[in-house]
Amino acid sequence: MKRMKQVRLTPVAALVASALVLSACGAGGRDDDDGDAADSGSTVGVTDDKVTIGAHFPLTGVAAPGYNEIPTGARAYFDFVNANGGVHGRQIEYVVRDDAYNPTNTTKVTNELLLQDEIFAMVGGLGTPTHSAVVDQLNEEGVPDLFVSSGSLMWGDDPEARPMTFGWQPDYESEAKIIGQYVAENMPDAKVGLFLQDDDFGEDAEKGARQFLEEQIVGVERYTSGNTDVGPQIAGLQGAGADLVLGFNTPAYTALARLVSLSLGYEPQWFVSSVGSDSPLVGSLLAEFSEGAVKPGAGALDGVMTTEYIPTLDQGDDPWVQLWERVWEEHGEKGDLSNYKIYGMSHAYALVQALQGVGEDLTREGLVEFMEEQGEGLDGPQLAPFRYGTDSHLGISGMRIVELEGRGSKELTPVLVTDIGDAEITEDTSGQADDAPPESGIPE
Amino acid sequence: MERISRLVGSTLARHLLVAALGMVVVVMALTAVSDFRRFQLAEMACLAIAAGGLTVLTGLNGQLSLGHGALMAVGTYTTALLLPDRDASTPLVLVVLISVCTATLVGALVGVAAARLHGPYLAGATLALAVAVPGLALHFRETLGGEQGIPVVAPPPPGWAEDATYFLTASDLTPRGWIAFLAWSTLILSFLLLANLSHSRVGRRWRAVRDDPVAAELAGIVVGRSRVSAFMVSAAAAGAAGSMLALVVRLAAPGSFTLALSLTLIAAVVLGGLGSLTGALLGAALLTFLPQFVTQIGRDAGLDDVRAAELAPLVYGLVMVLVILLAPGGLFGVIRGALTRRRARRALAARSVEASTSTRPDPDSPPDEQLTDPSGDHRTATTTEGAPR
Repeated sequence: MKRMKQVRLTPVAALVASALVLSACGAGGRDDDDGDAADSGSTVGVTDDKVTIGAHFPLTGVAAPGYNEIPTGARAYFDFVNANGGVHGRQIEYVVRDDAYNPTNTTKVTNELLLQDEIFAMVGGLGTPTHSAVVDQLNEEGVPDLFVSSGSLMWGDDPEARPMTFGWQPDYESEAKIIGQYVAENMPDAKVGLFLQDDDFGEDAEKGARQFLEEQIVGVERYTSGNTDVGPQIAGLQGAGADLVLGFNTPAYTALARLVSLSLGYEPQWFVSSVGSDSPLVGSLLAEFSEGAVKPGAGALDGVMTTEYIPTLDQGDDPWVQLWERVWEEHGEKGDLSNYKIYGMSHAYALVQALQGVGEDLTREGLVEFMEEQGEGLDGPQLAPFRYGTDSHLGISGMRIVELEGRGSKELTPVLVTDIGDAEITEDTSGQADDAPPESGIPE
Repeated sequence: MERISRLVGSTLARHLLVAALGMVVVVMALTAVSDFRRFQLAEMACLAIAAGGLTVLTGLNGQLSLGHGALMAVGTYTTALLLPDRDASTPLVLVVLISVCTATLVGALVGVAAARLHGPYLAGATLALAVAVPGLALHFRETLGGEQGIPVVAPPPPGWAEDATYFLTASDLTPRGWIAFLAWSTLILSFLLLANLSHSRVGRRWRAVRDDPVAAELAGIVVGRSRVSAFMVSAAAAGAAGSMLALVVRLAAPGSFTLALSLTLIAAVVLGGLGSLTGALLGAALLTFLPQFVTQIGRDAGLDDVRAAELAPLVYGLVMVLVILLAPGGLFGVIRGALTRRRARRALAARSVEASTSTRPDPDSPPDEQLTDPSGDHRTATTTEGAPR
């Protein structure tokens, strides 16, 4: 018995020995596999006829509805540009990876994008918890990280700490300030309740809103994303006597909150931030959650106030929306154009413009430099200008307040611009909202 | 000579030898592959460590845990809190040890509760753990960072590791390579400990409790204590896995520790083969590489992004169903079965008709036991039978 085991182990021992010898041999002159080629690799992902960019989005899982349409829209626009000759002769290759809104997966797919697909830049990566898992890595490795699809302050308030990262949509604090001031001026008697997502979204928003509404706020309720029972929160707002609810929440929670308040017989005026107010999506969610008791379709959010910072689908006579319709018709996939696709197309447009601006010699450093120096002057569908510069990498500076009605919306204010902190809220004078895309649909 | 053969014959020496061989293979593999594969391998190691702990708990002790993701979270958060910035002075080994201890402690608490429960009640209690622990991170957002989590600053590779890598492979050690090396070292160490433990008296007690608690009790085993100890060992493995995961992902966030993670661990155990450490390794490998591979195939086949991404969970589900239908013993069970059959055929060819009956694989015996008992002994018998005495 003992002898048998010994015999069986001999090959194992031999393997160990030969493996050791083998690995010792490696010390000689092998010189493959040099890993990351230090900082000279600033043209990673760029060739004479191609530039590869990447993004992480939730394509599967609970966060996927709505958000998975953003990359579809962006891809349609890139295809449109490619069909017209690309940028400086380069075709844009757009690689989208699914992170299912899980930060661990975001790290995984970002490594895949950086090491396997060798992307030149990350464009439009979605989500605060997800993107914050990779933002340091992107900055450490010198990868441009443009137009993060989230309104967290983190993407732009400290360019020294994150020199490669640039925000895109208006940050939550600025948005809440604009909403807060509007309420304070136009509804000074309203008893305000805040309905907040319990993370940095709600936190930044509360900070902004309190600048103007400290006296008027009667109740603050927070929900945890993922917990679908918002009964206690809505009952809390009802109990506090709030007759105007400011919601800083995602679309699913707009629907849930509406549904619960209907069943409680609570009918406050709703004011939902831009994040949670996509009328078609909320409408279909309402129908789904109520198991058909609420009819799907437009009009689910009639009378609700919200903000907008890019023209949306209902504004069919806006030249930008007309461009998006044309792009979708020519290069879109199945399905109809939606506001999420427009969102994707809008940041795709900004990227193409930046790539045009950098010129023929495209490097990562060159792109970031261009964004800091000239990013503020980028055209595009956004209603207010970007805030890019050496002191701030925050995105769009303002928005207008609208009331939703049927398929469309009614403007309540002109475009208002502001910034984080004590910055004043002023009417936008840049004329950004009135521009139109060039005839070709491709920035020059 | 006699002494050497006794040494080689001992379980410990055999496991040490396999571990050393494993280490060499790992170093060679990590040298040969790209940086991205290193990252994937590191991720696979994390999954495998936790699955190894779970397979010991479920396969050897018969307790089901739906909460191992939460125990990993304990390890991850402990590591994250101990490595707040680049200047963190706690040595890495200590950080990992503390993480393991914290998870073991939590495991002991849960284990005490779990020892009183069985079947669906146990599943329910551990399920509650999986749901509650990520919630803690949201509740104590000041210290635990809320939804956004705590960034982890992985310490850079030490000088000796860089020198050794250059000496052995003539290439520089990348940070990802270093982390992958750490994760695999932890994997090999923890598998070594788990393998030894399950072949020892403790392991036999666990099996006795799994097979028949009443009989075990009658034989003088304190069933409760045995169950708690199994849970603690398993939790320690989960803690080590979590600690490594913190270094690999460089973030501790509640979004990483959903119920899906706990279920993934169970899936790895089932796919690989319940109760076998090799199986846990196979299962972890499958779950790490399959989704990316399938998505890539989908993409190459011209599917759009969303469709290609949706392909991965679909194939995952199909593979799961197929494995359970066609290979209830898991992948390792299939391999082991094939090996045993081949041996049996050889023995047959070598003559001896009755030998074929005694070497027929016994489907009921957990794969792990094969090393020590019945089949090993049978084989000795068959091969020596024909030899002149």
